[in-house]
Amino acid sequence: MGLVQNTIKWLLGRDMPDDVAHIEQERQRRIEQMLIPTWEEGEKGPRMLLNMGPQHPSTHGVLRLFLELDGETVVRVEPDIGYLHTGIEKTFEHKKYEQGVTLTPRLDYLSNMFNTWCFCMAVEKLLEIEIPPRAEYARVILGELQRIASHLVWLGTHALDIGALSVFLYCFREREMILDIFEMVSGARMMASYFRPGGLAWDLPNGFEEAVTNFIELFPERVDNYERLLTDNPIWKERTQGVGVIDTETALSLSVTGPILRATGLAWDLRKTMPYSVYPEFEFDVPVGSRGDVYDRYRVRVQEMRESVRIVRQALEKLPGGPFRVDNHKVAPPPKEEIYLSMEALIHHFKLWTEGMRVPAGEAYAWVESPRGEMGFYVVSDGSARPYRVHMRAPSFANLQAMPHMAEGSLVADLIAIIASLDPVLGEIDR
Amino acid sequence: MEALDRIFIRIGEAFSTFLAQYLPAPVVTVIGMFLSAIIISTFAALTFMLLTWLERKFVGRMQDRIGPNRVGPFGLLQPIADAIKMFTKELITPAGAHKVVYNLAPILVVAPSLMIFAVIPFGRDMVAADLDVGVLYLIALSSATEVAILMAGWASRNKFSLLGAMRAVAQMLSYEVPLVLILLTLVLMAGSMRLTDLVAVQGVPFAFLQPVAFVIFIVAAAAELNRTPFDIPEAESELVAGYHTEYGGMKFGLFMMAEFIAAFGMAALVTTVFLGGWRPWLIPLPSWLWFLIKTYLVLFVFIWFRGTFPRLRIDQLQAFCWKFLVPVTLLNVIVTGVVVTFVPLVRNGEVVVRGIGGWATVTVVYFAVNVVFALVVAWLYRRPTLQAVQQIQVGQPAGRGLSREVQTA
Repeated sequence: MGLVQNTIKWLLGRDMPDDVAHIEQERQRRIEQMLIPTWEEGEKGPRMLLNMGPQHPSTHGVLRLFLELDGETVVRVEPDIGYLHTGIEKTFEHKKYEQGVTLTPRLDYLSNMFNTWCFCMAVEKLLEIEIPPRAEYARVILGELQRIASHLVWLGTHALDIGALSVFLYCFREREMILDIFEMVSGARMMASYFRPGGLAWDLPNGFEEAVTNFIELFPERVDNYERLLTDNPIWKERTQGVGVIDTETALSLSVTGPILRATGLAWDLRKTMPYSVYPEFEFDVPVGSRGDVYDRYRVRVQEMRESVRIVRQALEKLPGGPFRVDNHKVAPPPKEEIYLSMEALIHHFKLWTEGMRVPAGEAYAWVESPRGEMGFYVVSDGSARPYRVHMRAPSFANLQAMPHMAEGSLVADLIAIIASLDPVLGEIDR
Repeated sequence: MEALDRIFIRIGEAFSTFLAQYLPAPVVTVIGMFLSAIIISTFAALTFMLLTWLERKFVGRMQDRIGPNRVGPFGLLQPIADAIKMFTKELITPAGAHKVVYNLAPILVVAPSLMIFAVIPFGRDMVAADLDVGVLYLIALSSATEVAILMAGWASRNKFSLLGAMRAVAQMLSYEVPLVLILLTLVLMAGSMRLTDLVAVQGVPFAFLQPVAFVIFIVAAAAELNRTPFDIPEAESELVAGYHTEYGGMKFGLFMMAEFIAAFGMAALVTTVFLGGWRPWLIPLPSWLWFLIKTYLVLFVFIWFRGTFPRLRIDQLQAFCWKFLVPVTLLNVIVTGVVVTFVPLVRNGEVVVRGIGGWATVTVVYFAVNVVFALVVAWLYRRPTLQAVQQIQVGQPAGRGLSREVQTA
């Protein structure tokens, strides 16, 4: 029947199990349906079945859409995911908690700080430890910078999808500054893994505050520039207003979160509604839209970038000194100089790097408001140094469910605008 | 100055006289025509190369980039490197494609673009074929491209190509209507379809006499050329590359060549009919140099569009054309017809406007009529439903029980 089945037969020396064979059969059927240029008979004449992606310029990664078109009108759209499946959730079970940290940035690679932050919070809940304030504030600063960086990628690609080439490059110019800050603190531009259960990997470097101040002084003006190109542009408004509308009830029933939900008018922001970390100490607003269309999502996200700047500014002012990770040496390694002087420190260091931290048995769920919505980590521990099960609530995954609802009945060009406004990250959807 | 202005004509004459010593006159004429065709085609190819470089450089600068700068000084040899790359690529015909039509399309798409150059007056007395239906000829040529595009889209046997081709043809057909109507207005004023006559009439560039038509012409030209904000047929974010998705190597290069040469041709047309063609403005430079300066200014505007605007949607594009451009240009033809009756520029093939005073009067009259016309159009098309900028409010944080309330609501 297929290459896969033959390969499995050759590898196992026996036939494929029935249930697998069934899946393979179904897969073959769908592939055939899509490869052959088929035209389905519709009510008003033939309909074109179009396969968009996984290699397509604007499916934001490897999303594949199966479209049924009547002329240029989208009659049916079926997202097909799984092209970036990495098995990260399963891999967690074979990694120590410290090693698991390095897996997290690979999930939602555009907002890697949030993944790491969320995973660390879940582990910290299991460990029942409080992390020092300096670490909390550093997490907030880096997290909000990450939100800006992620929204910049979204804005750039969104504008690119609608045809405004220049905004893309402007956005990436500013994102570069944020990535430089990340490189400064962690040594990595994208896969930072800078947050660890119990605090930070190491202290914030010298010059960090100046770099962040530079950025937040410069950035609001740059946002004005983007808005000057887009917000009042008649073509931009024509393309986005009234496109991909979704109302609050539908959004909630599809478990849509983040800017897409807020654009419908519901101020559901976990930083306010289910506060975590030190967010209650900052003053910021939750921007909401009214119509729930692509344009509202654009306005909400742009406004969120400004709010993030506000939070970063406050956090930078309040950034306390002191330790950057907990003093509990069962969780965080002791300082390097102590290892040479103290027996306990040496033992702790040795045990921690050979066996890993032992997390008490239990389960914990931690959440953060990622740029895409509610991101959650559900960690089950059996008391060993490796998690028993890690599950991730990926906001993009839930948001993508709303796509057929928004797109059916619109034009192909609208579909592109809608995908871009959902801001999906396939690394997180497929995991 | 005079010598410099006529340098190309002098060279041509000298060459003809040289040949005439050895060959009979008809043969010399044929050779002369043949040579000018070769020279103009070469000029077109060189223009294409320069344009690709210019576009990349300008857009790069607009986007805070440097643009090509590796090959040659300022990256000027980049187009040659690209050409070598394209020529050495394997020519592939996709398995499902209709071989003849698929391979014919790129050739057919370039030919009309090259033919545009035959009638364009590049300078004083510098025109290869001074057709008395020059305007008609240009319109016919730009329509001919559409056939080739449909061939390319259909023969590729790719759904994206087909969608792109259908979009392209629909768009180009629609936007030809306002384009033709505006040219008709200008022909009314000049009383001739010969491009050299159109240039000769423009004591004051028609852009000042017909500002509304000028702006609409630029817009329609951008649509006719499939350039941003009307680059819908090859919207890379939607249709991958539109009708030339399945083309590679030099076949793709020919599509690009057709596009850029058509862009140059359209800019040359704008220059000829609106900006006074080769007629110098204030600074006395050779006429052909003035022509190139003006043409590249128009091209710069097209490139500028590309760095600034998002893309329209196909239905919005069509609505803009049929609901706005076509009625307005049609009205403009009527209005201009009335004005031409009372304030003629040309009578019996002779320009009747004399002196600075005469031209000032004509300019004021036409400009005033155009301003009134523009105001009337603006009033007719005032949009009561003009979509205001949707405001973003500050939301009151939803309580944790809110989701339940929403469910019951």
